[in-house]
Amino acid sequence: MSPLNEFQKAARDPHGYARSMRSSGKKVLGYFCSYTPEEIIHAAGILPVRLFGAKDDTSVADKHLQAYCCSLVRGALADAMNGRLDYLDGAVFPHTCDSIQRLSDIWRLNTGFGFFADVVLPVKLTTESARQYLEDVLRKFRHDLEKGFSLTITDEALRASLRTYNEIRQSLKNLYELHSKNPAVLSGSALNAVMRGAMVMDRAEAAQKLRALASELQAKPATTGSNKRVMLVGSLCDQPDIYGLIESAGADVVWDDLCTGSRYFEGIIEDEGDPVASLARRYFERIICPAKHASVRGRGENLMGAVREHAVHGVIFLQLKFCDPHSFDYPYLKETLDKEGVPNMLLEIEAQLPPVGQLATRFETFIQMLH
Amino acid sequence: MSTPDKDKTRKFRAAKRMREIMTEYYIDAKSAPQTGKKVAWITSGGPVEPLIIMDVIPVYPENYGAMIGASHMGADLCGKAEAMGYSADLCSYARADIACAVENGGPIGGLPRPDMLICCNNICGTVLKWYEVHARYFDVPLFVFDTPMCHTEFPDIARKYVRKQLDEYIDFLERVCGRTFDLARSTEVGRLSLEGQRLWQKVLDTAAHKPAPMTAFDAFFFLALIVTLRGTQVVVDFYQELLAEMAERIERRIWAIPNERYRLLWDNLPVWYRLKWLSDTFAAHDACLVADTYTTAWCGSMKYINEDNFIDSMAEAYTRIYLNIGVDEMVKTVYDMVDKYQVDGMVMHSNRSCKPYSFGQYDIMRMVQENKGIPCMMIESHMTDERTFSESQTATRIDAFMEMIRQKKG
Repeated sequence: MSPLNEFQKAARDPHGYARSMRSSGKKVLGYFCSYTPEEIIHAAGILPVRLFGAKDDTSVADKHLQAYCCSLVRGALADAMNGRLDYLDGAVFPHTCDSIQRLSDIWRLNTGFGFFADVVLPVKLTTESARQYLEDVLRKFRHDLEKGFSLTITDEALRASLRTYNEIRQSLKNLYELHSKNPAVLSGSALNAVMRGAMVMDRAEAAQKLRALASELQAKPATTGSNKRVMLVGSLCDQPDIYGLIESAGADVVWDDLCTGSRYFEGIIEDEGDPVASLARRYFERIICPAKHASVRGRGENLMGAVREHAVHGVIFLQLKFCDPHSFDYPYLKETLDKEGVPNMLLEIEAQLPPVGQLATRFETFIQMLH
Repeated sequence: MSTPDKDKTRKFRAAKRMREIMTEYYIDAKSAPQTGKKVAWITSGGPVEPLIIMDVIPVYPENYGAMIGASHMGADLCGKAEAMGYSADLCSYARADIACAVENGGPIGGLPRPDMLICCNNICGTVLKWYEVHARYFDVPLFVFDTPMCHTEFPDIARKYVRKQLDEYIDFLERVCGRTFDLARSTEVGRLSLEGQRLWQKVLDTAAHKPAPMTAFDAFFFLALIVTLRGTQVVVDFYQELLAEMAERIERRIWAIPNERYRLLWDNLPVWYRLKWLSDTFAAHDACLVADTYTTAWCGSMKYINEDNFIDSMAEAYTRIYLNIGVDEMVKTVYDMVDKYQVDGMVMHSNRSCKPYSFGQYDIMRMVQENKGIPCMMIESHMTDERTFSESQTATRIDAFMEMIRQKKG
């Protein structure tokens, strides 16, 4: 199987992949949010698997969550209660938004996966005391893992894990940059599958396969297409069909601000010195998600930086319905783009995408006015 | 239905006094540019005492949100926020308040412009985003007081982090106000804050009397002072007066619901634009909402306050508040209230505006039904945006719920 196929396979059926890893004797932890310190989990010899949540058959979660809860939280709880996560040895809940906080409680009270940890990260990432607290939280999580699984996570193992993650993040970034320069090298949905696959697959294997994929793609000749260049902004994208629809409408997604995208790979960890302190610095300094607080204009500046760097013609906001942090940032980000004359559109999505025809028309209309 | 005469005796004398205090307070806040005082906008669960010590006037957009809701201006203002791009699924306090800031409208002609913003996330993550919006709009300094969620514990690392932030908060205030923080005053303000909370708890406790001299709807009204002016003498004096009035009512047998037969517990914030309607609807069933988890939250963490070392103890008191704890911790408070106020049922307000308060309610409901054996019901609204509220559906649910209570209790 080609490296790309392997990522696509894992992304298509993450549960199947994780289940086969579990039956080969690997421990598996589920996680939410790109702020999860996966590096520590990997250093413990445990496979971290990002949970995206079921898209259908979520009615079992309705007994615990009101209708105004986002589909990600509802889908994840439904998966847990429907036995679709039977391969998990536990789950990790980093401090994210209000909904994930309460999902943590509901999960703890209603599911029984063995290991459970809240990683209550700081929300503000601007002060030395917050950085110190973040470091303390990571140390506590390391200790909780050691205790929960009766193992020791050595500094050496942690350093090796940081190197693996640096390699993964660097490769993902290289792929994104390659794709930005030459979108024809692979489709947007394929790149999205690589991204999601890398959040599920054995990380040493993922690092190696990413390297192989990058060199395979680098060998492809550069082509000059006439497609417009757009960027996706939002929480996460596990709707690969969106990329194909945008491509059919005449544009390529050349960059993003997503936690299944640039927010996941930006920020390399120093592998010198105390590994926990290095790790803390990465999470402290990386591009923030709107559930965290850094500079009040940081996200707008970051967005405009990416628009300029990648010669983006237009921005598509992919807004998960009932996602408070992203909904609060939207008017400001839109205003920032409007001021700079960058066309943008808002697409509110739930578990199920709007009908294809309707979506295609909306994308076509938007992309046709880009210049 | 009661006669107008009886209604008159049931009106609280203290209500008039409270309106006077609130009017004075808002006049004081609105004339800050003339008096040279600084104004801070602060979240309802935020540490206000350092502002009192620094002579800064605290202003509460959330209290304002309640005013907007009660004066039926929420729908219009929330609609304006939606036109600005804010989703209709966001907190209606935030939407209404953000629209007011830009429109310069709303009750009392808008809030006085802030010199600084103090945002404590012990109640939700929404306030962080809301205050970031204001920080961009008003271009004034923002202090974020970050209180890690205590799902099951308050670990030492969190204690250290929050305690350190109190120093940073004081530094921030000194910088913005251009004068030094008077540490000696903190003992006095701390004492007044604690005394205010004690008295507020005592006021709420009077509803444990059967029949109750007050309802949760009264508590929603009288709450404003413990939220806005905690740490001042005026709050202490006022609640002493209110407490005396409650004692007098018990003495004179003036009950909130003349023929109180059923006692209910309310969960979550009020439906601000239907206070009277809800109050009347339950009263028509001889049901009294004797207590609520919401107004109790402003005295719920008294146990962590150390009068002799107020500043240090604020770290724990402000972190371990009702909403910043796990669902299983919250339900313990509910159990205590069920026993203390001897309630026959619980009314849960599933509040689309407040996810941290509302998600987990189904689990709490189940636990209360199982462990306390009382019926529970749920009504849904956006607390300040009446466009989503269905009066007929809610009335039907209340009727069915009261029927269940009646059958159970007789």
